[in-house]
Amino acid sequence: MDKKSSIGSLSLSRRTVLAGGAAVAGLMAAPNIVRAAETLKVGVYGGYFKDSFDKHIFPDFTKATGIAIESVAEPTGDAWLVQLEQAARANQAPADVSMIAQVGMLKGIASKLWTPLDLAKIPNAAAILPHLVNKYPDGKVAGLGAVSWYITLVSNTKTFPEAPASWAALWDPKLKDQLGLMALVSNSFLLEVTAATFFGGTKHLDTEAGQLDCFKKLSELKPNVKLWYRDEAQFESALKAGEVPMGEYYHDVTGLAVADGHPVRSTFPKEGGINDSGSWAVSRASKKAELAHTFINYMCQPQIQALLSRKVGTAPTIDRKLTDLTDKEFAGVSSDIAPIVPRYDLYQTKADWLNQKWTELIVG
Amino acid sequence: MTRHPPRRILDYGPIAFPAAMLLLFFAVPFGLMIAVSFFQRIEGGFYEPAFVWSNYARFLSVFFGRVLSFSMMLAAGVAVLSVTLAFPFTFLLTRLRRRAQVVWLVFLLSVLSLSEVIIGFAWATLFSANAGISNLLVMVGLLDAPTSLSPSLGAVLTGIVYQAFPYTVLVLYPALSRLDPTLTEAARTLGASPLNSFFTVVVPALRNTVVATLIMVFVFALGSYLLPQLLGRPQHWTLSVLITDQALFQANMPFAAAMAVFLVLVSLALVGLSLLVGKKENAS
Repeated sequence: MDKKSSIGSLSLSRRTVLAGGAAVAGLMAAPNIVRAAETLKVGVYGGYFKDSFDKHIFPDFTKATGIAIESVAEPTGDAWLVQLEQAARANQAPADVSMIAQVGMLKGIASKLWTPLDLAKIPNAAAILPHLVNKYPDGKVAGLGAVSWYITLVSNTKTFPEAPASWAALWDPKLKDQLGLMALVSNSFLLEVTAATFFGGTKHLDTEAGQLDCFKKLSELKPNVKLWYRDEAQFESALKAGEVPMGEYYHDVTGLAVADGHPVRSTFPKEGGINDSGSWAVSRASKKAELAHTFINYMCQPQIQALLSRKVGTAPTIDRKLTDLTDKEFAGVSSDIAPIVPRYDLYQTKADWLNQKWTELIVG
Repeated sequence: MTRHPPRRILDYGPIAFPAAMLLLFFAVPFGLMIAVSFFQRIEGGFYEPAFVWSNYARFLSVFFGRVLSFSMMLAAGVAVLSVTLAFPFTFLLTRLRRRAQVVWLVFLLSVLSLSEVIIGFAWATLFSANAGISNLLVMVGLLDAPTSLSPSLGAVLTGIVYQAFPYTVLVLYPALSRLDPTLTEAARTLGASPLNSFFTVVVPALRNTVVATLIMVFVFALGSYLLPQLLGRPQHWTLSVLITDQALFQANMPFAAAMAVFLVLVSLALVGLSLLVGKKENAS
């Protein structure tokens, strides 16, 4: 039977003809879609962060390079890392480039999740502060500092007219049932805070005995904690309402709440704020490594770093002298007090032990 | 029309499709989970295929035993509360006119469409000192000053019962609406009060339904992980919360899978046990 008679033998309805026509029209339109598909999927933290990037950063990038950005809202913590790794095992990339926190970067390095970056294609990377360049053990670059941020001591100005000056305020027996702290050992960084406040610095966490000292000291603060939060929105609304009037939270987001007129403040304690940062990293399953390099190079420029500080509220990942940030603008996103830098290495080498001890501490 | 028990392979045809779906969407994922629970955890990384018992060994500790038993108690509490509330409610509902019943059922179904997050935040607000129900109690004069009622065990229980209530009513509704009204009429003509006939006739007649509903709500509540986080203190976190922590935040899939398998086995055992007890009682 030849083709013609086979078509003839079918009873063609009006609908089939219409559907066929639509399919042909679709095919003809397809080349345009393909040409516009120079799209890079970029994962940034969902909510306010992603909104700011979508509004202030990505449109300019598209204008400058012709590469469209499809931003993907990623959850904080390791949740996104787990999704990326699971997807990469199936050779899928939910995002080509993602902003990843430092613990996540290390875990991704351990499982070779990140495509090594070619610095020859990212000339602007030279300005990135050395401790914000993530490297594989063999020296290949796994990620480059995207933004830096601080976790500080935040309080409700109605409940506390005086700003607390030290992290030690968290241990004040008068604050029974008033604090909101993060629920995970690897995002609250309270071990580091304890070590810096009471044991002379995070070096005290080098040994297991030192870690146990900090756990013991932390158990004294437990009666003060009303909310151990995983969900940032939950703490933020409780802080604004005065329901949970003090705690640890992000300096940048608190600044926005202040700007909106809420009775809250963010204080850099005398021991320093917790300095955490996110890096740009490319999933090994991504087929758009070239575009990703272009994107990362663009983001490393001093004027973009300054724009991020102004519009997103993050601290630059390059020397501030390279940017045109004024002292006031810089003070809004950072502080001259030496920061507490998290012991990322511990969450790599002793992850399970620390997690178990921590869970027993707060649940038990 | 008479029905014969299936004799040939072909007679099983009608159930082939649901059976295949069950296999594809339940048995296979569950099998994968069991497999992952034996994989080797790589600390600071992910996991690799292996056959080790260490994930189960880590779970067998006093700490996790306590969390598991708390989860069971919480789920049992939710089941008893929900059925205690929903049974009389559904009984009265089936006595209403058809139109009123439909309105109530649509309302309950619409509660089901609320997400767990919304329910959690709504109750957290209702239990807060600033905007919550304690302000009403102060206005009435029952309290001196508004207090915050969350996070607490009561808040967790309220949240989960609120979420489970519509399910409970929907499960009880068919059995209660099919209940022969002549049973209660007979009891009433023999002199039983309405309350008396409810407890001596309606409840015993539906004992199996009640047990089945209790089990369903129990299993439903056992999987709750968001409301205990939003409305409870750490000591009110269920095993499901810790499973989420391991799977999503610690990237420890093998341990999360081992805990999940353990939770499924324990709840299956409990369900089996309660069915067995029910059977024995029926026989005696």
